[in-house]
Amino acid sequence: MADTIVLPPHAPATEIESRSTLREIGRSLPRLESTAKVDGSVEYIHNLHLPGMLHGKIHRSTVAHGRIVRIDTAAALALEGVHAVITGEDVLKLIPNPYYGPAFHDQPILALGKVRHVGEPVAIALAADPHVAEQAADLVAVEYEPLEAVFDEVAAARPGAPVIHDVLMPAGTFTDLKHLAGRSGTNVALDSHVRHGDVEQGFADADRVFEHTFRTGKVMHATFEPMVSLAEPQGPSGLTIHTASQSPSFVRTEISRLLGWPENRVRVRTAYLGGGFGAKLYIKLEAMVAACALLVRKPVRIALTMDEQFYTITKHGATVRMKTGVRRDGRMIARAVETYWNGGAYADIGPRVSQKSGFTAAGPYDIEHVALDNYAVYTNEPPAGALRGFGISQLVWAYERQADIIARDLGIDPIEFRRRNAIRSGQPHATGTIVSGLEVEAVLDRLSERMDWHKPFDRGSGTIRRGRGVAIGLKACVAPTSSAASVLVYGDGSCALQCSTVDMGQASDTTMAQIAGEVLGVPTTAVRVVHPDTDVTPYDMATLGSRSTFHMGNAVKRAAEDARDQLRRIAADASGADIADLECRDQAIVSRAGSAKSVRMTFREAMLARFAMQAGTIVGFGSYAPTYAKPDAETGQSADITPFWMLGGAGAEIAVDCETGRIEVPKLVNVADVGRAINPASVERQLTSAAIMQLGFTLFEEMVFNEGQVVNASLADYKIPGMLDLPHDLQATFVEVPHRDGPFGAKGVGETGVFSPAPAIANALYDAVGVMTFEMPLTPERVLRALRELEHRPLENDR
Amino acid sequence: MSATGQRPIAFTLNGRAVRASVSPHETIIEVLQRDFGLFGARESCGQGLCGCCTVLVDGTAVSGCLYLAAFVDGATLLTVEGLADNGVLHPIQQAFVAKSGFQCGFCTPGFILMTKELLERHAHPTDEQIRHYLSGNLCRCAAYPDILEAVKMAAELIEKTDQGSFGASRGSG
Repeated sequence: MADTIVLPPHAPATEIESRSTLREIGRSLPRLESTAKVDGSVEYIHNLHLPGMLHGKIHRSTVAHGRIVRIDTAAALALEGVHAVITGEDVLKLIPNPYYGPAFHDQPILALGKVRHVGEPVAIALAADPHVAEQAADLVAVEYEPLEAVFDEVAAARPGAPVIHDVLMPAGTFTDLKHLAGRSGTNVALDSHVRHGDVEQGFADADRVFEHTFRTGKVMHATFEPMVSLAEPQGPSGLTIHTASQSPSFVRTEISRLLGWPENRVRVRTAYLGGGFGAKLYIKLEAMVAACALLVRKPVRIALTMDEQFYTITKHGATVRMKTGVRRDGRMIARAVETYWNGGAYADIGPRVSQKSGFTAAGPYDIEHVALDNYAVYTNEPPAGALRGFGISQLVWAYERQADIIARDLGIDPIEFRRRNAIRSGQPHATGTIVSGLEVEAVLDRLSERMDWHKPFDRGSGTIRRGRGVAIGLKACVAPTSSAASVLVYGDGSCALQCSTVDMGQASDTTMAQIAGEVLGVPTTAVRVVHPDTDVTPYDMATLGSRSTFHMGNAVKRAAEDARDQLRRIAADASGADIADLECRDQAIVSRAGSAKSVRMTFREAMLARFAMQAGTIVGFGSYAPTYAKPDAETGQSADITPFWMLGGAGAEIAVDCETGRIEVPKLVNVADVGRAINPASVERQLTSAAIMQLGFTLFEEMVFNEGQVVNASLADYKIPGMLDLPHDLQATFVEVPHRDGPFGAKGVGETGVFSPAPAIANALYDAVGVMTFEMPLTPERVLRALRELEHRPLENDR
Repeated sequence: MSATGQRPIAFTLNGRAVRASVSPHETIIEVLQRDFGLFGARESCGQGLCGCCTVLVDGTAVSGCLYLAAFVDGATLLTVEGLADNGVLHPIQQAFVAKSGFQCGFCTPGFILMTKELLERHAHPTDEQIRHYLSGNLCRCAAYPDILEAVKMAAELIEKTDQGSFGASRGSG
C-alpha cells in the first residue's frame, strides 16, 4: 500500500463489450492446472528440498508477556547433528534493526528483550535432519520474568493497561501514520475516524435509538499447506527466497529493507499455494529463513506444523458498539459505531484492517449522520491480520444483527427495512465518496426470490424450531494499490503471461489467462501463466482483498493490448493494410469484417516478419493504479475512497434443536454483486466456498485462550467444516452489472461470500426462537444458554 | 539421526517392487517424499484428521502421516501418482477434473484415494454414503459441493468403463 497517490491518466470508461463478441470472457473454463492437481505433480513450495539444506525448528515463548532473563542454548547445541541455534542476539549481528511489518515495523525476527505472546519465536535450531532440529528446539531453555498481560481489546485500550510496546513503531513510508511515531504508553496502534453530518443531532431527531454491543471471537485460517519458506544465499551478495506467499513483491521489498540491500539482490518466488485466505501475506517466515541462511551461509527451510499456525496469525476478534437512531417510518438517520479490534501482539496488517474496513461500519445504507471510531489494539494474544474479508465480516455481524432487531421491533419486514435504507449509486457514502457501481436493491431482490421470502414457511414444531434470516454486507476494495503485468509472444508465436498474482486455489491463473486470451485472440488454454518470481514477474501489491481480478485483470488487459498492437503493427507494415482494420483472432492478425484489404498473418508468421528468423520476443507491458484520494485524518472524508464497492447478501433457513442448542442450516443462499463474471463457475465456487468457511466461523470455529495459550491449537479440538456440515441446499448466485472501470466490467469476489452468512443465521435463530445473540460463534452451548435465559431458567455456569 | 535402528523394507509401490531403509519413527509420508520423490500425499495437520496424507495400504485408506513406514514391509502401497494408466487419468481423476472437485488442490489426492476405496466398496453410493466416507477428509477451500459431484460422476464413468481394464496394471488393492 504505497502512500503516494498515483494518478494515472484516467482511462476513459471502458467500453463494455457485449457478451456475443467475447470468446474467452464469460466462459466457465476448468482450471489450467487441473491435471497436475489430480495426479500429484502440482508444484507447491512445500515440496521443495534444496541440496545441503538445513531444517529450522522454532523454540517459542511459553508466556504471554515477559522479559527474557536468559536464553540457554548449550543443551541444544550439544545434541548430535545440530548445526546452529540462532537467537535474536545473533540476528542483530546481521540486521541491526530487525523489526518488520507492513504498516508498523514492530515485529522482531526473533524475540529481543521481551516476549509479547505465547508462541512468539525466541530461537531457531538448525539441523540437516528435521527431527534433530525439533529435538534441539525443545532443548533450548529460556528464563522469563513474567509481566502483567492483557488479552481483551477493550481492556487493553484503557489508560493504565499493561503496555505491550514501549513506543509505537509505524513504518516510515506512510505519511498518514507519521504522527504515531514515538507515541508511548498506549496499546492503541492506530485510531481512525469518520464524521459525516451531525450524529448527535441525528439521535435527537430520531424516534427510536437502539444501542447494542456485538462481539466476534478469534478464528484462524488453517491453510492446509502450512506456511513454508526457504532461503538460499546466492554467491556473496544475493539471496533467493522460495516461499508460499501471497505477496512476493512485498517480501522482496521488506527483506531488502531489513538487509539494507537494493531490491535487485533479493529474488522471491512462489508456486501454487495450498490455501492462503490471508494467512500467507506480508512477512511470515521469510525474515527468519533469510536471517538464518545468511548467518550460516546454507539453504534453510522452515515449515510450520498446523499447531504452530495457531500462534502465527489469526483473524481479529472485535468488540463493536453500535448505536442507531431510526425514524418511525423505518429510516435510519444516525449511526455511531465504536469498534475495538483485537490485533494481538504485533500489528501485522491489523491497523489497516481496522481503518480500511472500519470506514464501512455503517453498512450498505444511506444514513445522514454517521460517526465511526476504530481502534486497532495491541493485546498479548498471537498477531491478528487479514482473513478473507479484511475485517468486514465482524462489522456485518454487528450491523446486520442490529438491522433485524430494529426491523422486527418496528414491525417492518427485514428485507423491506433494508430496501428502505439501501444506499444507491449517486448518493454519498459516509466517507463522502459518491457511490457508483453498487447494486444493493438488485441483490435484495435476488435474495428475496431465492429465499421464497413471500411464500409460507414451515416453522417446525415440538423441540425442533425453524427460522429464516437475511443479511447484506458492504466492502470497499482496499486502496491505493497497483499491479503490473507482461504479456510475451515468443518466436514460434506462442504466448506467456507474467504476473505476480498468486494462485492459491481461487483460479486466478485461469482468470488472468482468459483476459489475456480474449485480448490477444488466443485460446485461454494456450496462454502460459508464469508464476510469481520477482526476478521475472512485475510488481503486484499482493493477492488479497479480492483485488486481483480488478487490478491485475486491468494490468493484464493492458499488457495484452500492448502485445496485440505490436503484432497488428507488424502485420500492417508487412501487408500495407491500415492498422485500424486489423484485429487478432485465432492466433493470427486478420482484417476486420468489411476492411478494404484482406489480411491474415499468423503470430508465427508475424514473428518471422519482425525478426527475419523464427525467433525473438515481443513484450507487451501494462500497469494499473486506480485513482484515490486520501481521507482527511480527522473526518475520514474522501472524494475517492475506493476503486470499487463489493456487496454480498446471504439468506439462511435453519432448524434449532431447543434441547441441545444445536443449529442446523439446511439452506444457505449467497448473492453477490460481481460486476461481470470472467469465469462464472469460478465466481460461484468462490461464493459458495467462502460461505462454507464462514459457516464454520459462525457455528463452531473459535480459538479458545487461557492466559494467552491457545488450548485448542489443533484440528482435533478446533473443528473446521467438513462434508457433513454442508447445507443440503447451498446456492450461489450473482448480479451482473458491468463495472465502469473493471476489466470487461469485472469486480473482485473472493471474499464476498463471507460477509453475510453469520448474521443471516443469527437472524434466523431470532426468527425461530426469539433468541437474541450478540456474540459469535453460535455454539450449541451459547444458543442453549440464551434459550434457557429466555425461559427464565438459566443454565448454571459450570466453567 | 544416526543409522541406528535403520531397517530394510520391501513393498509394492504403485505397481513396482521397491526397497527402502527406514528408521522406526519414520512415516510413510517421509519415506515417499525422501526416497521416492512422491509429493502427492502430504502432511498437513499431522494428526490423521485432515486426510491430506491419505494413501491406500493393501486397498485400505490410511493416514500416511501417522502410519509408520516400517509397517508397509511386504504390503502394497498406492498413492495418487499410481492411479493414471500410461498417462491416461483414472476415471476418478477425470471426474475431479471435469467437475473441478478442488481449488488449491492440497487435499485432492487424499479425496481421490478415499473415493477409490468408497467406489470399490459401494459402486453406486448414495449421497449419504459419499458424505460419510469423505467426512474424514477435510478441504479448507470447501470445494465440497464440487467434490460430491465429482464422486457421483466417477461412479458413472467407472460403470461405463470395462472393469477389466482397471485393476492389476494400477497395482491397486
